[in-house]
Amino acid sequence: MRIDGKGLIDRSRPVSFRFDGRSYGGFEGDTLASALLANGVRLMGRSFKYHRPRGVLTAGSEEPNALMEIGKGAGKTPNVRATVQEVFEGLEARSQNRIGPLNRDLLAVNDLFSPFLSAGFYYKTFMWPRKFWEGLYEPIIRRAAGLGALSGKPDPGRYEKAFAFCDILVIGGGPTGLMAALTAARGGAEVILAEDSAAFGGRLLSETEEVDGKPGAVWVGEMLDALAETGKVRLMPRTTITGAYDGGTYGALERVGLHRPATPDLPLECLWRIQAKQAVLAAGALERPIAFPMNDRPGIMMASAVRSYLNRYGVAPGQKITLFATNDDAHQTALDLIGAGVEVAAVVDSRAEATAQGDYQLFAGGQVITTKGRHALTNVTIRHSGAETQIDTDCLAMSGGWNPTVHLTCHMGARPVWDEALKAFLPAASAIPGLTPAGACAGTYDTASCLTAGIEAAKSALKALELKAPDIAPPSASDQTGTSQTLWYVEGKGRAWLDFANDVTTKDVKLSAQEGYRSVEHMKRYTTQGMAPDQGKNSNISALALLADATGRGIPETGTTTYRPPYVPISISAMAAGAQGKGFQPERFTTSHSASTARGAPMIEAGLWYRPSYFPAQGETTWREACDREVTMVREAVGICDVSTLGKIDIQGPDASAFLDFVYTNMFSTLKPGRVRYGLMLREDGHVMDDGTTARLSDSHYVMTTTTAAAGQVMTHLEFVSQALRPDLDVRFISVTEQWAQFAVAGPRSRELLNSILDTPIDDETWPFMSCGPISVHGIPGRLFRISFSGEHAYEIAVPARYGDALYRDLVARAETMGGGAYGMEALNVLRIEKGFITHSEIHGRVTAFDIGMERMISAKKDCIGKTAAARPGLVEPERELLVGLKPIGTVKQLTAGAHLFAPEAAPTRENDEGYVTSVGFSPTFGTYLGLGFLVNGRARHGETVKHVDHLRGVETLCEVCDPVFFDPEGGRTRG
Amino acid sequence: MASLTALTPAQDLTPITIGGVTLSEEVPEAIAALMPYAGQTKALSAALKEAHGLALPGPNRMTKSDSHRATWSGLDQAFLIGPPPASELATHSAVVDQSDAWVVLTLEGKGVEDVLARLTPIDLRGGSFKRGHAARSLLGHMNAVFARDAVDRITIMVFRSMAQTAVHELEEAMKGVAARASAN
Repeated sequence: MRIDGKGLIDRSRPVSFRFDGRSYGGFEGDTLASALLANGVRLMGRSFKYHRPRGVLTAGSEEPNALMEIGKGAGKTPNVRATVQEVFEGLEARSQNRIGPLNRDLLAVNDLFSPFLSAGFYYKTFMWPRKFWEGLYEPIIRRAAGLGALSGKPDPGRYEKAFAFCDILVIGGGPTGLMAALTAARGGAEVILAEDSAAFGGRLLSETEEVDGKPGAVWVGEMLDALAETGKVRLMPRTTITGAYDGGTYGALERVGLHRPATPDLPLECLWRIQAKQAVLAAGALERPIAFPMNDRPGIMMASAVRSYLNRYGVAPGQKITLFATNDDAHQTALDLIGAGVEVAAVVDSRAEATAQGDYQLFAGGQVITTKGRHALTNVTIRHSGAETQIDTDCLAMSGGWNPTVHLTCHMGARPVWDEALKAFLPAASAIPGLTPAGACAGTYDTASCLTAGIEAAKSALKALELKAPDIAPPSASDQTGTSQTLWYVEGKGRAWLDFANDVTTKDVKLSAQEGYRSVEHMKRYTTQGMAPDQGKNSNISALALLADATGRGIPETGTTTYRPPYVPISISAMAAGAQGKGFQPERFTTSHSASTARGAPMIEAGLWYRPSYFPAQGETTWREACDREVTMVREAVGICDVSTLGKIDIQGPDASAFLDFVYTNMFSTLKPGRVRYGLMLREDGHVMDDGTTARLSDSHYVMTTTTAAAGQVMTHLEFVSQALRPDLDVRFISVTEQWAQFAVAGPRSRELLNSILDTPIDDETWPFMSCGPISVHGIPGRLFRISFSGEHAYEIAVPARYGDALYRDLVARAETMGGGAYGMEALNVLRIEKGFITHSEIHGRVTAFDIGMERMISAKKDCIGKTAAARPGLVEPERELLVGLKPIGTVKQLTAGAHLFAPEAAPTRENDEGYVTSVGFSPTFGTYLGLGFLVNGRARHGETVKHVDHLRGVETLCEVCDPVFFDPEGGRTRG
Repeated sequence: MASLTALTPAQDLTPITIGGVTLSEEVPEAIAALMPYAGQTKALSAALKEAHGLALPGPNRMTKSDSHRATWSGLDQAFLIGPPPASELATHSAVVDQSDAWVVLTLEGKGVEDVLARLTPIDLRGGSFKRGHAARSLLGHMNAVFARDAVDRITIMVFRSMAQTAVHELEEAMKGVAARASAN
């Protein structure tokens, strides 16, 4: 029910929204919860396990009950707290976790079985028969106990991640935070002030108290003006600091577009990483519920929430309200209600010495012992002076005192410290480096002290930054906190809820202690207390106090569970911001990309690169047809393939040769300028890291080629070697992978093709196999390398990348007139398998030079990385799995990469495993599948038969073991 | 003789203007990586001054002359951007042509920092990343070189092969920032 003249909502801006299909009205500034209460809607959800009718408990981000689905279709978001969601025109909200309408939820039957559904019930009951768990029990339980549902479709909303920096981060925009921000800014610091709610002011917006002789909200407005005037404060409303991390880093979740109708390109949320030199924590405190019997009915809520709804939103949450409190502070609720003309049925105070602060009926020393009302509260029973009295009431405001919001101070491992006088956990000293807790989160409850604490905290942050503290006096405000008593729970008949969100009652915690789960961590997991979306904000302290009682220990001995980030739930979409679709990883395109796709080539990913798989010709229906044709084309005419993705590293300096001798197993200092050599690189542990060719351009200038897969790894390795292992060597290097577009021109007619475009023709004499040098192509300076990965007479021609597209198109067009053309990765793979050339399929990280038959490449004349380790006994013995070629010889002709090798008669089981297959391809040259693999003592077993078994694909093939080089073992074709 | 047509790394992808910010491609005549040999840093700087009128930039800085600018790009490394470098520089330094290796994008206008705050972890506040400052960091997932050459202009260099992704990511960030501005 809306109260005229109350609240900070904008009554000139009415909005209409829908809840469970019905249309309601609210005002700008309303939350979904306040607008529903204003419309008399008190039933807002069903509880997690028992499907009990529930209403709103709080008015803040700690809300455990009023969780809703917002939006429709793919953009639907479940588990949104109605106390956080602001209303806007067209907002669509639905209650969740129900079958049928909210007020006739079929699953409410669970509540009737509640005596059987206590903590540990599932563990004890659904154990047998074992296979029923996954197929039967779990799906049913998940349907019955749960939260909102996802749409199952990709979220169409836009989300953001961003970085922010400041000198001082102020966490919380209440009185403490506002004073801290102003002090920090006037002291010359750049400040970020982050506030969880839509408006700054904290509790001042929810209370009737005055600051500096003005209504709280008016003072807050003036403070915001003063902050703007400094030009130093970045205000971040709707931004919750979610975690404190190393080095002054804070996580924050900002609600950017969730409070307004969908706006094109506007992110819904932004996940911030804020880097702050200093921080002031002014997070306030959360009011504590009391666990009395049947304390979960709609209409029972926190006293502070009642004041928020009344004073901030202008809503009376009931027409006849009762207060159940343990402290003076909460009596203000009754005074505010009476002041607004709302009937107060009674005030029940657990303290015998409590006195009335106004004109209301007080039951001092009383307790609420049960309640009634199916879908909303109708009646409470109190125990007072040994008698029981029933009071008709539609709203019960409760207050068990306050718990300081210490969460962030615990995110780096500190445990909060119990304060016996305040009966509260307070932040441990220096819990987060550079963060100063101030105000209610540090146990300072009265407004006057909070204002002072904000100033002092900012001053200490300024001092740490070596900035001068400004002269600021705190404004006048109330310094009253009154007295309070702790009342964690009320004994009585019926269930008393601790954790509303996970349906955990006092009985469950006692049962946990009784069954031996006495540690607070065990109790948490046994009962699931504190494991719901509110992460125990409303229940942790009371639950551990109860556990302390049940186990005969004190509260500090019992301790708290671990407070972990995030402080509020973060949507997965926000965490994945920017990583959807193509944002997942960059795409690297070669200069020939559009020419390849124009020819219909399906592109495959090679690391981040996109490379053509094959080039379908007219009439070809399968990739194999294209691949076979391309292989034959290279063997018989000429093929063009973009090899720019291979890593290219320019290496220069007086010690370049010595450096290469150190990183490669073989010698490069002896290589003549104008020549290329194949090199093998080991890791420190003696296993093969990478291979490739390196060209010597001049005495002190080399260009190293790496594989596509290991380009980054090799670059990192070279940096490490240069900076850490051999800083004595004067050598400089940089990647030139991106500088050059490089194309393989392979096949018997390759030179003929090249001579049609080179400004100076080449021949065998000037350009023998493994030579390199500068060339000019169509007048453009480039480089030519006579190297071959196909076993054919072949070259790689490189030009500056800007000409890559043009040169590729020209090369392919010319090749096509010569019976050749473009070839893709599939053909490239078959060509190299025919030649027994290795890739990272073979040098996968667990093989040595010995395994691939290259141990003689480890030069005896010099040291190199990995040399000593490679000589270890276990790494050079024939019983290792060694590289072999495989050819099918039985009726089954198929080979598959990943298959394992066994003796022909042996059972294909793990114990009999003799090796595995790394690469296979159908060779049109030989008309059969060929494979490369590793076989125990394989080099000595050429000619033997082995059984190739692929358990996954169900392929079993008899193979002949042979030399890995199938094609032209003498290399005559390469030399031309 | 046939000729080869040159394409720029972000050919046809820019300019893009969203809100008050414009993303465009700069096509420098040449980019040369300068990597002074041991003990040659000062000599290289002097040679650079002599040849092109600017000093070798220190870590996280850029220098400028009428014809060239030099941007620090890593340990013992700077990129000389402008006409091709004088051959004398090679006496003191490895000089490697990088003209085709990078896409050079400039982001210009009020609020460039807000756009880049979505993509890079660098503190770009005016007092921290001033005119003449440079940094090597990330643009999204991409390795990048940043330099502020004017109050409202930041140059971003990313590998040529990633030009399309870089433009896309920047465009998305520009859209988000502009949408926030018009929503307020």
